[in-house]
Amino acid sequence: MTEELQIIVCIKQVPDPHYLSKITIDPVTKTIRREGIPAVMNPLDRNALEEALRIKEQLGGRVVAISMGPPQAERVCRDALAMGVDEAILLSDRVLAGSDTLATAYALSMAIKKLGSFDIVFCGNETVDGSTAQVPPQLAEFLKVPHITRVRKILSINRNELIVERTIEYGYMKLRVKLPAVIAVTKEINEPRLPTVSAILKCYRKEIKKWTVSDIGVNPRQVGLEGSPTRVIDVFSPEVKRKRKIFEGTTDEAVEWIIEKLHEAGII
Amino acid sequence: MEFKLTPEQEMLRDTAREFAEKEVEPRVEEIEKTRKIPEDLIKRLFELGFGGIIIPEEYEGSAAGHLARAIILEEIAYSCPALAFTLQIVHLGQAPLIFHGTKEQKEKWLPDLAKGKLIASCAVTEPTGGSDVMGIKTFAKKENNEYVITGRKCFITNVHLANIHGVLAKSGEDPRHMTFFMIEGDRPGVKPGREENKVGLHGCNTGELILDNVRVPVENVIGVEGKGLRVALTAITNVGRMGVAATGVGIIRRCLDEAVKFANQRVLYGQPISRLQAIQWLISDIYLRYETARLLLHRAAWMIDQGIRADAEVGMVKLTATEGAAECASKLSSILGAYGIMEEYAAQRLLRDAYSLIPAAGTNEIMRIVISRKAFERAT
Ligand SMILES: Cc1cc2nc3c(=O)[nH]c(=O)nc-3n(C[C@H](O)[C@H](O)[C@H](O)COP(=O)(O)OP(=O)(O)OC[C@H]3O[C@@H](n4cnc5c(N)ncnc54)[C@H](O)[C@@H]3O)c2cc1C
Repeated sequence: MTEELQIIVCIKQVPDPHYLSKITIDPVTKTIRREGIPAVMNPLDRNALEEALRIKEQLGGRVVAISMGPPQAERVCRDALAMGVDEAILLSDRVLAGSDTLATAYALSMAIKKLGSFDIVFCGNETVDGSTAQVPPQLAEFLKVPHITRVRKILSINRNELIVERTIEYGYMKLRVKLPAVIAVTKEINEPRLPTVSAILKCYRKEIKKWTVSDIGVNPRQVGLEGSPTRVIDVFSPEVKRKRKIFEGTTDEAVEWIIEKLHEAGII
Repeated sequence: MEFKLTPEQEMLRDTAREFAEKEVEPRVEEIEKTRKIPEDLIKRLFELGFGGIIIPEEYEGSAAGHLARAIILEEIAYSCPALAFTLQIVHLGQAPLIFHGTKEQKEKWLPDLAKGKLIASCAVTEPTGGSDVMGIKTFAKKENNEYVITGRKCFITNVHLANIHGVLAKSGEDPRHMTFFMIEGDRPGVKPGREENKVGLHGCNTGELILDNVRVPVENVIGVEGKGLRVALTAITNVGRMGVAATGVGIIRRCLDEAVKFANQRVLYGQPISRLQAIQWLISDIYLRYETARLLLHRAAWMIDQGIRADAEVGMVKLTATEGAAECASKLSSILGAYGIMEEYAAQRLLRDAYSLIPAAGTNEIMRIVISRKAFERAT
C-alpha cells in the first residue's frame, strides 16, 4: 500500500481496426503485415486508461501508462498523455522484438516492479491484433497479485479492495478483490474520452520515459523470439459450418417448433 | 520541403476524425430533418477546444493555428458540412478581435469566445451590398462617445446562435469610410430577423440581423475608425474563405470515399462497376480534385500561420474547393445512378451542401478577381 493511489495502465499499439480488411498475414513468419496500415492504441486499452483516469479524478492518485513496443509506439504514449496520465513510459528494445505473450508479460512485470509499489494495473482485456487475452493474467502471475478479466463495471473502490462486475456468458459475476490487483476491462466499462486541443498540444511538450531491457533488469534470454515458448505454426480462418435444420409444416406448427428449439438451446 | 503533418497535427486530425465518426455522423439524419444542430454538439465543439483553436493561449484558446484549423474542419465536414460551417463561422466571429483588437478588447471578449460563453457572428453582407461591399447602407452615426447604428444585414451565419455580432457599417461621407464594431446581442435595438431556408447546409443557421438605433460605445470599435473594411476583409479572407474551403475539401473527400465504396459494391454485367473505365475516370477526377484542393488548402493555411499575405492563395483554394466540391458531388451522383438522388444516400446532400458553399465569403467571380490581381502584380 502506497501513500497515494498508484494506477498503472498497460497500452499497446495495434493496426487500426478500420483497416482490418486490408491486413494480411505473412505466409512465412505467420505475423501480421503492418506496412501501410496506420497504427493506433488498442481500443480496449483506451477503456483501461479511461477507467484509471476516472478513479484518479474521484480518489486522487497517479496514473502511469506503459507501452512495450517499437519506437513508433511513442504515439500511444502521447495519446495517453493527451488523455491525462501523469507519466508515460515506452519500453522499447530490439531484443524484445518477437516476444510472445509470456515474454511480454514478463517484461511488463519487470517495468512495473521498477516503478515501485502499485495498487491497480489496468489492461484492456485483449488486443485487436493477437486477441489472446493472455497478457493480463500472465502479468498478474509475474507480479504475484490476483487478477480479474472481462471487467465491465467497477461497483466500488477503496484503498484496500475493488468490487467489480465480470462478464460471463449469459450474465455477470460480482467479485471482490484485494488490492493490489490486475484488472482487465471490456468495452462496456466506459466511453473513453477524446483529448482536448490544448491537451494534444501540451502532450508534445512532456517527456516520455524511454526504457530498455537493461533499465529494468530483464533477462534478455527470457524475451524476444528466443525467450518465447510460443511458436505460431499456422494462422488461418476456420471454416464455420452452421447447423441447419429444416422443418416442414404449417406456420403455426413452425412457430411452436422454433420456440421449442430455442428453449432447448438455452437461447430464450 | 516536407509534405507531412507534424505529430501534433496528426493527433488533432485523428481526434477530430473520431469525434466526427462517433459523435457527429450518427446525428446527421436528425440534423438534416430538423434543420437544427443540437445544442449539445455545439457545446462539445467548445469542450474539445475546437472553438478556440485560433485564439492565443493568453486568452484561453489553444493557438493551434490555421493549418490545424483547416485539418479539423475537413474532418468535421467529411461527416457534416453544416456543422463544420457553423464552427468555421464561430472562428470568423473571433477573427476581427484576434487580428485587430486591442489588448483590452481581447481580454474582455476572447476568453469567453474561446469557451463558447460568447458566440460572435460576422455581419457584413446586406441586400444592397454583397460582392460590392461599398453598397452597404448600415450607418453608424457618432454622438459623443457613442455610435448610433441602424441597418439590416442579410445572409448572416449563426446570427440566431450568436450573442455578440461583428458589424461593418458606413461611418462617414466618403463611401469608403467604414467602421467595424462588436455589438453585444443584448443592446436595445439588436434583433436577429428572418431565418433563411437554404437548399443545403441544413442546420447551419443563416439569417438577418436588424439594427435599430443601437447605441454602441467607442470602446466597441475594432481597429481604426474609418478603416473597418480592412478589419472585415482580413477576417473574411484568412478565416472565412479558408473555412469555406476546408469545408469543401471535407465534402470532396467524402465524395471520393462514397464513390469508391459504391463502385466496388454495385454489380452490373456480372462485375462491380469499378471495373468500368468510365467509372474509374470519374473517380480519378474526384481524387485529383481532392488532392489539389487539399494541397492548396494546406499551403494557404501554412502561409497564414507564417504571417505571409495569402489573399490570392486563399482565393485559389476557396475557388478550387467549392467548385470542386460541387463538381465531385455531381460526379458521385452520376456514379450512383438513381441512388444518387435518393435521400438515403449522402450524394444528394453533399451536392446541396457543396452548392451552398459557392457564394459564401465571396463568390468565385470575386475569387478570380483576387487571383488575377496577383497574376498582374507578379508580372515583370
Ligand atoms: C452559406 C452562406 C453563408 C454566408 N454567411 C455570411 C456571413 O456570415 N456574413 C456575411 O456578411 N455574409 C455572409 N454570406 C453572404 C455572402 O458573403 C454573399 O452572398 C457574397 O458576398 C455574395 O454577395 P451576393 O449574394 O449579394 O451576390 P452579388 O454580389 O449580388 O453577386 C451576384 C453575381 O454577380 C457577380 N459579381 C459581383 N461583382 C462582380 C464583379 N466585380 N465581377 C464579376 N462578377 C461579379 C457575383 O459573382 C455573382 O455571380 C453568406 C452566404 C452564404 C451562401
